[in-house]
Formats: sequence, C-alpha cells, structure tokens
Amino acid sequence: MGLKTFNHGIHPSYNKELTQSKKIEKASLPSKVVIPLQQHIGAPCKPLVKKGDTVAEGQKIGETTTFVTAPVHSSISGKVKEIERRPYPGGGKVLSVIIEGDGTVKDWRSGDTDLDMESLSKEELRNIIREAGIVGMGGAAFPTHVKLSPPKEKKIDAFILNGCECEPYLTSDHRLMVEEPEKVLWGMKAMMKAIGVENGFIGIEENKPDAIDALERAARGSNIKVAALKTKYPQGAEKMLIKAVIDRKVPVGKLPMDVGCVVNNVGTAFAVYEAAKYKKPLIERVITVSGNGVREPKNLLVRIGTSFEDVLNQCGGMAGEGEKEVLNGGPMMGIAQTTLEAPVIKGTSGITVLTGKEIKPYKYDPCIRCASCVEVCPVNLMPYKLGDLGRLYRLDEFKAWGGAVCIECGCCSYTCPSKRPLLHWIRVGKVKIREREKV
Amino acid sequence: MEEKTQLEKLVVSSSPHFLRDENIPKIMHAVILALLPAAAASVYFFGFRALMLIIVSAVSCLITEYACQKIRKKPVTIRDGSAAITGILMALTLPPSFPYYGAVLGSIFAVGIGKQLFGGIGYNIFNPALLGRVFLQATYPVMITTWSEPLSKAAKAGVDAVSAATPLALMKFEGKWTSHLDLFFGNTPGSIGETSALAILIGGLYLRYRGYINWKMPLGYLGSMAFLGGIFWLINPSKYPDPLFHILAGGAMLGAWFMVTDMVTSPVTPLGQWIFVICGGSLAVIIRLFGGLPEGVMYSILLMNAFVPLLNKHTRPLFFGEGIKVE
Repeated sequence: MGLKTFNHGIHPSYNKELTQSKKIEKASLPSKVVIPLQQHIGAPCKPLVKKGDTVAEGQKIGETTTFVTAPVHSSISGKVKEIERRPYPGGGKVLSVIIEGDGTVKDWRSGDTDLDMESLSKEELRNIIREAGIVGMGGAAFPTHVKLSPPKEKKIDAFILNGCECEPYLTSDHRLMVEEPEKVLWGMKAMMKAIGVENGFIGIEENKPDAIDALERAARGSNIKVAALKTKYPQGAEKMLIKAVIDRKVPVGKLPMDVGCVVNNVGTAFAVYEAAKYKKPLIERVITVSGNGVREPKNLLVRIGTSFEDVLNQCGGMAGEGEKEVLNGGPMMGIAQTTLEAPVIKGTSGITVLTGKEIKPYKYDPCIRCASCVEVCPVNLMPYKLGDLGRLYRLDEFKAWGGAVCIECGCCSYTCPSKRPLLHWIRVGKVKIREREKV
Repeated sequence: MEEKTQLEKLVVSSSPHFLRDENIPKIMHAVILALLPAAAASVYFFGFRALMLIIVSAVSCLITEYACQKIRKKPVTIRDGSAAITGILMALTLPPSFPYYGAVLGSIFAVGIGKQLFGGIGYNIFNPALLGRVFLQATYPVMITTWSEPLSKAAKAGVDAVSAATPLALMKFEGKWTSHLDLFFGNTPGSIGETSALAILIGGLYLRYRGYINWKMPLGYLGSMAFLGGIFWLINPSKYPDPLFHILAGGAMLGAWFMVTDMVTSPVTPLGQWIFVICGGSLAVIIRLFGGLPEGVMYSILLMNAFVPLLNKHTRPLFFGEGIKVE
C-alpha cells in the first residue's frame, strides 16, 4: 500500500528464497574461456590478438572504433588457442576468442590507488567506463558510456539505479546491494558525475528489505534517495521503473533521456566502481545459478567466458530426471540454450535451469477472449490480437496495433489460460517487419 | 558420460519459460461450481423437474459437442466443461414445466449452431446458452411463457402446479408489484434458475473471488438497469417499477453475473466493456418497459454480443507513452 509502481503487470512466483540469503561465492578459475567478440548492442569488436598469442588477465582482446560498442578483455591469463565462431548464449554463433589459462591469477586490489572521484573529470570517467568495456548488466548489454553521453540538447535531471531485479529466481543484484552497498553507491555517483546529474534514485522492490536498508544507510546525507517499489513484474523494465520512481512516461518511440532520465543497473554500478578504483575491466560478474533443475543454487562471481557447464558443475550439477531447459537469465526473459558450451557473458544475470512441471507445455488452446493479456500488459497493448497479426504476417495491421511498442516482458504469455505463445508471435511480427524494411 | 545424456534433453523455447497455473478447464469448472447455488435453488423452488431439466440440457449439450467435434475431426474437448455450462445455463432460463424434448432441441441448437458452427470454443459470437433460449422462444412461444408458482405456494393452494404470471409480466400487464423479499430469495414464478437473486449472487461473488470476472461487468450492467429504470420510476412511480425491482426480477441477476461476464462474447478493452454493459443494461430496461415482451435481458445481451468485434476494434487503449509530447 502506498508503494510506488506502474499499472498492470503480473505476480509470478519469484522463488528467490533459493538464493537470496546466500553470500556471493567466488567461482573457481576456469581452465579455458570462450570470449565472444560481441557481447553488447552495437558494433562487433575486431580481435586484437591472434592464435598463439599470450594474453594477460584483463588485457584488451577486442576493439573497434565505432561509438556504440564496448571493447572485450581476456578474463584469465594464458594463451589464445583459437579464434572462431562459437555458440553464443544470446542464440546462434559469434566470433569468439578461446583462451587456455596458465593457472595464474592477478591481484587487482594491489592497484588500489585510493582514487577519489573529485579528481576525475566527466570525460575521464566516461573513458574509464568505455575502456573497461562496461555494458548494461541487467541483460540488454547496452554500452554504458553511450548511455552516459546524452546529446547536449537533452537535459538530464534524474538518474535512476535499477535495483528491482523483478525477474524470478535471480538474486545477483540483491546480493550485491546487501554485500557491497558502498561500492554500488560509489559507482552510481561516478555515473551521475559523468552525466552531470544531481538527483539520484535507487529503485528497489519491497521484497528486498535488507537491500533497501543497506543502501538507505549508505546513501544517508547524500542527494540519492532509495525508492521502495511494489514487488511486481516487470518493475525493472526501464520505462516501468521511470514511471514508478519519478512518475514520467517515456513517449512511444522515445528514450529515457527524452524525459530527462538515465537508468542503469546495480551490477553496472559495481563494475564502474571496480573499473575506476582498480583499473579492472569488466572480466567477471555476479550471476545467480538457480531453478528447480540445479542441485545447489548459488550466487557466484564468475569470469566472463566460463562455460555454462563449468558453472553448473560448481553448483552440484543439474538435478532431477528428464527434460531440462537451461536459460541465460531468468524464466521470464531468459534465452534457452541449445548447448552447455555457451559462455557466461557480460549480460548474463543468471543461469536458470527448469525441469519437470516448470517447463511449459507446447500445446495451446483457442483464445477465449478472457482479456487477461490485455489486463496485464504494462504498455497497454492487446496481445491476443497482436499475436495473431504477427503469426499471420499481417504486418501493416501489426504496426497499427502497436507491435513496435511491445517491451517483450512476456506477461501476456505468462497469464494466458490457453497457453498461447503470444510474445513469440509478436516477436515473429517484429522480425518480419524488420526484414521487410531492410529490403 | 552422464552430462552427454543430459545434453540431448535440453528443451528450447522462446521466453517466457514458465507460465501461470491456469487453463480453460479450470475456469470452466469454477463457473460450473458457481452455478450450483442457482441450480440448487431451482430444485428447492421447483422440485425434481428442475433438476431433470438441468441434467437433460447439460447431457444434450455434451453429446452435441462430442458429435460435432467427431464430425469436424477435431479433438474432443467435452471435459473442459464449457458445453456443460451452456446446458446448465440454458436450463436455468427455462420455465419449470418446459418439456424435456424442447430442452434437448435447445441444447442441440445452442452448441451445434451457436458454438461449433462458428468453430468451437473461443470463436462463437453469441452466447450459446442465450442462443439456445432464443431458439426455443421462437420455436415454442407458448410453452416457454407458461409459468407456474413455486412448490411452496402451490402446496398452499393444494395442487401440484398452479399456472401463474412472472413478476415482470404482472408488472407489465397487470400493474401489480411483487415484494422485493420474494424476488431476492426467489419465491416467485419464473425461469427455474433466475428467480433467486441470492443464490445467483453467491455464485457470482465466488467467481469474483476466484478472479474470473471483474466488478465492472455485472455491476455496470445492473447499475445501468437501475439507473435508467430509476429515471422512469422517478417520473412516474405508479406506472414504472423501482430500480431494485429491475435488478432483482427476471433474468437480470443471472444475465449480469453469468452471461454478460462470458469471456468469449464480451469485449476485452476497458472502454469496450463499459459501453457493452451500459448499452446492454439500458436496452434491457427499454425492452421491459416499452417493448412487446416483459423481459429484455436475453435480447439485450445477444444484441450487444453482436457489437463485440466492433467494440474491440474501436476502443483500443492508448499505448503506454502514446500521445505524449516532448520538446
């Protein structure tokens, strides 16, 4: 009651109790990593190393000159074994650098420079963030330095740190907020400075009272406010979060900066802290390994490039008999994997393994116009209709009914009593429109 | 080696990967449960015949559905409960003395023409139960308007069945009022399942509790009836009945809680739903007061059913962030 939120949305079973009170553990050093040269939205990187080269931990191995991109770094020290296309957790294959480790570990903390933020200019901060290869770590992996460089004519007056973590099962942001609130806050302040924005907000769902507590304490006396939000999916979707925290609506087809706002994720803030403090690029991240198909669910600090198989083995392997669905991310927006060779990437917030009854049926019934998809859609679409239009390639109508407005949260498919794959069909429509516009 | 066998069993689907524990049979079975109080009241007031009418109709609907799906070479889905609902609901709108063969014919029409001919569940435009009822109204106009007193009153008169006029007919043709209390409990002549507002309300509230209907549909419909009925009542209270009478008498309660709220044949948009219930409720009152028939609920809903595709098309909600200007 009285908590801020957005309209519509759903209340799935969050299943966060599996990992929410488990401390972040450091995963063991992988003997081999596969580092995709494109882990972000934007231009793919070109390899800076070749087969047989020796690389150090944190060495930049991929780069390009385009603005919207992020460099990639080696997460272990060792030798480049191969540069070839390998399975990518976002689907398909991506050119990747395969590195065989030599077993040594670099101590980043020794480079702690007692750096204070005052001495860094906006440009220096942005440059640090770009050079560290930092991208949005909530899942979308949009290059952070781009987000922090809004065009001059856009006046930004609010910065929101996204600590909602509304995706079921995932608790990596939650644990970071509880265990490292000062560092998260430092990273947030650094990003605020890079844009030159005064007002900061941290949006956290009320089901993480310890995180709210920790950050409120850390932010005391600053110009940063913690906003406790109603627990509801998709509270962490950018547009929904902005609506809930500062009550602004991002117009259709526009970006948060058009309403004077920039949103970044908790994990990103932590990465910014490490990059500025230790000159450590984004080579490892916290992920939640959970789901009813995992023996020992955990929050793990994992090096980028570690295979899913390796990670799962460190969590006791997969549990239960029969079919498994292994997801890069949580069950609402995660991407199903075809192979456990896929590596953890910058945008991997978790690995969820579903099995047995949790796996959805593949059969669906006719639509009974129950309207529950209309009632839950956070962007006020009519998903039952859009789904049909997308499925039938009726693209002009699909556009007119707002296909492009869909944020792909999946509330419609989740709620449908007939189990119709509505979001899937909407995606089909979007892809077909993209294809048509290319021609 | 164990890993290898697991690898072969990876499931791949597009997100979201887990779904709400909800399905059509669950919804339909809840509706059947919600109809039980009204069915029980019908047996209480009109006896064994009411029970038989319900059973005959429900079974006929199930058989019709089965036969149609066999002929159409479609999977048989009679267990989902939707055909049974059609049968029960139609039976509840029949007079106690209505012949069984009539109920069978009505059921065949309801499910065969009203539902399966359109393509089965989800595709029908009109509420099948009401369509069955309207078919019987056209086919057996006399039998379907032959009413009798509830058992308790008949017993008082010392006979098995006493033919009588419904409260709406008394109001319309003789200017006589029935007490609100009798209407609320259902101790009046009428369709077997429509007389007891109380029993219907229990079922309706249960559906609301389960989340299968919203408040807007039943209350909007009843409210519109009361509002328009109330205006006429204020103009001439000796000629027109009061608002409470409107919503307690005839098929208003059953219609509002179980037919207006039918998912398949009602609009999906918030604005469309408001238009649907306001027009429907007003139409029912207009037919009652100025039409040739004493009761207008059935036609008002069927007529509004026809507008549902149009309403859905033209009452699209504004997208999130639509129509907002930024400099």
